[in-house]
Amino acid sequence: MNNQRYMLAAGLIVLALIGPFVVYPVFLMTALCFALFACAFNLLLGYAGLMSFGHAMFFGMGGYFFGYVVKTAGLPPEVGLLAGVAGAALLGLATGALAIRRQGIYFAMITLAFAQMVYFICVQAPFTGGEDGLQGIPRRALLGGLIPIENDRALYYVVLAIFLFGFAAINRFIHSPFGQVLKAIRDNEQRALSLGYEADRYKLLAFVLSASLAGLAGATKAMVLQFATLTDVSAGMSGEVVLMALVGGLGTVLGPVLGAFVIVAMQNYLASFGEFVLVIQGAIFVVIVMAFRKGLVGEIGDWWRARQKAG
Amino acid sequence: MLDIFSIPLPALFGQLLLGLINGAFYAMLSLGLAVIFGMLNVINFTHGAQYMLGAFAAWLMLTNLSIPFWVSLVLAPLVVGLFGVVIERLLLKRIYHLDHLYGFLLTFGLALVIEGLFQWKWGSSGAPYPAPIPGGYNLGFMFMPAYRGFVVVAALVICLATWYGIERTRLGAYLRAATENPTLVRAFGINVPRLITLTYGLGVALAALAGVLAAPIQQVSALMGTNLVLVVFAVVVIGGMGSIMGSIVTGFGLGLIEGFTKVIYPPASNTVIFVVMALVLMVKPAGLFGQTK
Repeated sequence: MNNQRYMLAAGLIVLALIGPFVVYPVFLMTALCFALFACAFNLLLGYAGLMSFGHAMFFGMGGYFFGYVVKTAGLPPEVGLLAGVAGAALLGLATGALAIRRQGIYFAMITLAFAQMVYFICVQAPFTGGEDGLQGIPRRALLGGLIPIENDRALYYVVLAIFLFGFAAINRFIHSPFGQVLKAIRDNEQRALSLGYEADRYKLLAFVLSASLAGLAGATKAMVLQFATLTDVSAGMSGEVVLMALVGGLGTVLGPVLGAFVIVAMQNYLASFGEFVLVIQGAIFVVIVMAFRKGLVGEIGDWWRARQKAG
Repeated sequence: MLDIFSIPLPALFGQLLLGLINGAFYAMLSLGLAVIFGMLNVINFTHGAQYMLGAFAAWLMLTNLSIPFWVSLVLAPLVVGLFGVVIERLLLKRIYHLDHLYGFLLTFGLALVIEGLFQWKWGSSGAPYPAPIPGGYNLGFMFMPAYRGFVVVAALVICLATWYGIERTRLGAYLRAATENPTLVRAFGINVPRLITLTYGLGVALAALAGVLAAPIQQVSALMGTNLVLVVFAVVVIGGMGSIMGSIVTGFGLGLIEGFTKVIYPPASNTVIFVVMALVLMVKPAGLFGQTK
């Protein structure tokens, strides 16, 4: 079993390294940003049992912070990425502290409402550029000119590194004692409380971590595509990240990554359908909830284990 | 001239009336959400789309079949309510045993499908619906369009009728009992699954009725319910879903607060309800009228 796991990991890394020579690099970079976003969302849902329906606020604001720092203030992109993470973390602290006061479905509604509030603020605030968004964010070289990211392929490896950093960080959280307590709270909050764990603190920390990584994903996306717009803070984006995690498999490690690639690819190929993409997305939601709640990775995993048993 | 905060009185009352009308829709929609959640344990994300369907049904009936407003006020909720029954029988019924989140996701997906189809067929720009009661009254301190006055009164009547139906009738008693303990109510020989279907149909019909009432005030468009349902979620969090009267009071109250904000500090009028939600979460997390379970 472990052997197979290493082979899978090695295969994926080789794919990731040769990717930009086979597939359009901007597509891969966009998909990686969404994959990190979906992983951040999944950290909260899969391991803390909290479904945020407002994660677009962290993703979108991460992009706006990056754009503001790099374009308006003229600072290097490293500072922009840090600003995206820090800004999203602060926003996560403020909204998370309030949202975790309710559980279950109320938590989803509260995060959704806060995201809508952030959206309305973004429409009006001067620093987001309103309806136009921030366009033409310059791509300056990273680390004082050491890494020239004007080149798409060079930038791809930077984005891959950022994604792997985020992915590794999430796995570190999940397998740490902190992650174990989080899972205990998810499964039985009363019991964790009675054992002396302050559930709210753990939940808030998980929320802030998830928000920061979503902010990192958003800032990275703004670096790649060179714009930040209202789409990324909208309720539709919050729904999209849920869809990615759901398609791939909630609570699985690789599921959100696969889900993100599937949804981004689908949007690329179906772009000509216009509004119909929404209909298809909605239909996927319905079909998955009704029939494939484990998602792609969950179903494939089941099939693989069944085959192993039989063979 | 009597001024409050140096704001001319007609402007103040005009905005308060608008707030009251918005509040009427918040109240009707949050009421339906609360009733559905009580019985089905599903937060009906499709509520906004079903409100839109009500408005569209009335508009299509008028333009294609020249069915007047007053007939579609009955007919449209009936049609949309039946559509709700079909959804409940085909889809929702199968996921009650799962976590609440799946109902939320399923109805979110349905809303995307419905709104996407209507946007695809009729575009995003709205179609006007002529006001069924033209004219208005000069009340001295402000001008009151007749239809808007009617909407406020009608919404109040609808809300109070729903309250009466649930709190004071036999069917309502079954409903409340089944919300508390479905197994026990079943043991008494009451067909609980049918009661659940009926509840969903009624909740959806209520949303559609709100949609028909909204048609002459707003443009009839595919996305008219998209943002509204998000605000109504905040209203539901503020009020808590424990009491019917609570939903009504919270809905109208928040509409008024929103209208008042539009006079005092217009940029905040979009966000004020969410700010109120944050404050309520700090002080009384279960909501103003909610009980902690």
